[in-house]
Amino acid sequence: MLFKLKINQRIETVDVSPDTPLLWVLRDVLHLVGTKYGCGMGVCGACTVHLGDQAIRSCSIPVSALGDQPITTIEGLAEAERHPVQLAWESLDVPQCGYCQAGQIMSATALLHHTPHPTVEDIDAAMSGNLCRCGTYTRIREAIQHAASLGHTAAAHKTAHGE
Amino acid sequence: MRMNRRSFLQLATLAGGGMALRLYHLPTLDAQEKLPELTPQAFVHIAPDGITTIMARASESGQGMRNMLPMLIAEELDVDWKNVRVQQADLDESRYGRQFSGGSMNTPLGWDPMRRVGAAARQLLVATAAEQWNLPVSACTTAHGHVLHKATGRSASYGELASSAASRKAPPLDNVTLKDPSEYRIIGHSTQGVDIPAITTGKPLFGIDVELPGMLYASIQKAPVFAGKVKNANLDEIRKMPGIRHVFVIEGTIRPAAFTPWEPGIEPGIAIVADTWWQAQTARTQLKVDWDLGPAASQSSEGFRQRAKELLAEPPGNTVRTYGNVESSLHTAAKVVQATYEYPFIAHMTMEAQGATAHWKNGRMEMWSTSTQPENGRELVAQTLGIDKSAITTHMIRSGGSFGRRLQNDYLVEAAWIAKRVDAPVKLLWSREDDISHDGLRPGGTMGLMGGLDARGRLTHWRQHFITFGENHHLASGGGIGSDSYPAGFVPAYALYTSAQPLMLRTGALRAPGDNAYCWVAQSFLDEMAFAAGRDPLEFQLELLSNQRVPWTVGQPDAVGDHEPTGPSVLVPERFKGVLQLVAEKSGWATRKKQPGRGMGIAAWFCHLGYFAEVADVSVDKDNNVTVHNVWAAGDIGSQIINPRAAENMVQGGIMDGMSALGQEITLANGRIEQSNFHNHPILRMRQTPKIEVFWNRTHYPPTGLGEPSLPPVLPAVTNAIFAATGRRIRTLPLQRSGFNWA
Repeated sequence: MLFKLKINQRIETVDVSPDTPLLWVLRDVLHLVGTKYGCGMGVCGACTVHLGDQAIRSCSIPVSALGDQPITTIEGLAEAERHPVQLAWESLDVPQCGYCQAGQIMSATALLHHTPHPTVEDIDAAMSGNLCRCGTYTRIREAIQHAASLGHTAAAHKTAHGE
Repeated sequence: MRMNRRSFLQLATLAGGGMALRLYHLPTLDAQEKLPELTPQAFVHIAPDGITTIMARASESGQGMRNMLPMLIAEELDVDWKNVRVQQADLDESRYGRQFSGGSMNTPLGWDPMRRVGAAARQLLVATAAEQWNLPVSACTTAHGHVLHKATGRSASYGELASSAASRKAPPLDNVTLKDPSEYRIIGHSTQGVDIPAITTGKPLFGIDVELPGMLYASIQKAPVFAGKVKNANLDEIRKMPGIRHVFVIEGTIRPAAFTPWEPGIEPGIAIVADTWWQAQTARTQLKVDWDLGPAASQSSEGFRQRAKELLAEPPGNTVRTYGNVESSLHTAAKVVQATYEYPFIAHMTMEAQGATAHWKNGRMEMWSTSTQPENGRELVAQTLGIDKSAITTHMIRSGGSFGRRLQNDYLVEAAWIAKRVDAPVKLLWSREDDISHDGLRPGGTMGLMGGLDARGRLTHWRQHFITFGENHHLASGGGIGSDSYPAGFVPAYALYTSAQPLMLRTGALRAPGDNAYCWVAQSFLDEMAFAAGRDPLEFQLELLSNQRVPWTVGQPDAVGDHEPTGPSVLVPERFKGVLQLVAEKSGWATRKKQPGRGMGIAAWFCHLGYFAEVADVSVDKDNNVTVHNVWAAGDIGSQIINPRAAENMVQGGIMDGMSALGQEITLANGRIEQSNFHNHPILRMRQTPKIEVFWNRTHYPPTGLGEPSLPPVLPAVTNAIFAATGRRIRTLPLQRSGFNWA
């Protein structure tokens, strides 16, 4: 079945069965492999992408349920220049194995879009759906605070969504 | 004799020279094997513009090996790190030496040879410049990727010299001059992980990201019970489903037994190969399989527990080490404490589930592998598929975590097996559920302990009966104890006995294997003994560490199972004390407040050549929900912290990993693993993350690894803190089995 999706500001047409989760459309059909498979049931957050301006678990939403809202993946987060969250992740050397970090970054950018200056409690609440098996939570917290302090987070995020 | 079955590496440069370190099962190594002579040309390539490519020989699964080993080369080469590009080497141990990542061994095994490779490369460049300038080599120096002659002001960039230098014969590595550590400009200075920009922008990087033209995707349905075989299945129906290209039965080569080894390592199942992985997974849901579940279907956690209880009441099956006449003198102790500790099986749960990509073409196998033991993987594939080792090429791909799981190559053999049946490249991916139900688990265990105190409250006796799994001397992999594991040697009278029950499952190393369980047992029981003596646990241990040692002697068994031998007397008491004293100072141990519902616990451990002491500050609410507020960690891994920012991250991660283990449990019923995903085998989340402070005690010993040693002490530090807060001793893990939960 054909589905027309707006992904990273491009229109993509895919021919898949309607129950195919967005994650596997991204990875195996569109070859956007930055979004990761972790659990397949929405409990680890490795597959986090944005649907509109909300962070969602792409493993648990079938392609037929997406509607016409734009989708942003880690590859589309900042095509011209790095998003402040990505810069913060790099300057604080956050990742260990790195596998969960695309999902972490997508959750963090969604948080800062809605709450540009989050408290530690805000951060913990927004990020506790994203597991990190290597335990880099301390660095992730610091990086989000650092990104928030960069100040132009909201503006950059708008650019990422082409708003 | 074990030497023939197991593998050893001699680490003559380490303290206690000449000791042997066993690195789990490494069938590709043996004691007599001569390592290849490394050359700088194999590791270093300098372009005319000075950009220096350094080959990373070890696999990368998050410990920063792609930085650490190249940093050692770059330091002695004397180039600026900003001009270094790191490239992952393919598997070729004749060129790169050992390409194994495990046991926190890349630092101790790489520290000397990698620096010497860099120094040899530098020496070639200096010799080239000296020859061109017609000057003695001794008159030339280097800095920032240039050879200099200060007297005349001459300077030549490495880029100009590189092509002539590369054609020179490299000096023997033991004949190069190394820098004085005071000259280090890269070692000891943080460098950003070389893959981090690719990670933050979602570039293809991991095993699961490998894509090849015409590639197909594979999934395997295995029996719900270990090594169960396929009797009948509706394969013809599955073949008609959308996108399905191949469906076939893998007969498998494993026979479950009381001790089931890893090799030859292929489990029975049904392979489904499709245009996309989702199509393969969808087809799996329609499979109807009649399984021959075999003998493993009778296993259960309840059965294991019952049998452990029986074995504990019986005379031990085997004596591993005993001295000081424990049996005849224990009754003379002023006070005897008896306790039984029990801990569960747990799973690895790497964020990236197991998988691999393989392509069989024109009689050659090309593999994209996340293995941390890639040469072993190549050998197993050759052996299992009946092809020549020389017909196999292995690309080493970054993995989304290993924690010991990727020491095993079962998924790699499966991918190669499927690829050989299919006329296309194949990417095999396990689902999360596959990953848990076919993990090589950390084995559970039960320890019956008796401790004795003298009238002055000093520890005099330590008798332990370890109930593990296996048969005779073939004991569950990843679940052992070193014969010299602390407090052995320090307590005046000691005994370590084992008994085993059959286990028809494969187990394996999980981060700090053996120590991730035994440290919890030993440091909890020491805390109990200190409490029974009415003494402070820190002071109690510092005194114990000052005792005259009873050395482990050659000829005694060196370990239970495949635990790395810690004898003879590798543990340096001053280093153990050093981290205890440092963590006590940093945590304010001496002046800690004692209040109901909140407490601090202390623990320390030596493993994988590293020393860590940790203090946890914990509160427990009226519903027994546990919050860890602070953890202080003090580590001693020798004279240098090679990449400090990454090192701190690794320690904080080890602490989170150890805390997660306190709440995890794999159970079996009717041979089936009952856990399936992160919701019922949880890892901790950000909101449960304490403030973790890391401190280093620098000593004059050669640098050692950091993947493992920070993990073990946090388990007893937390449970000892729970005791301090509540007066309730946790002797059974996970916490839930002792009536506690994470807040």
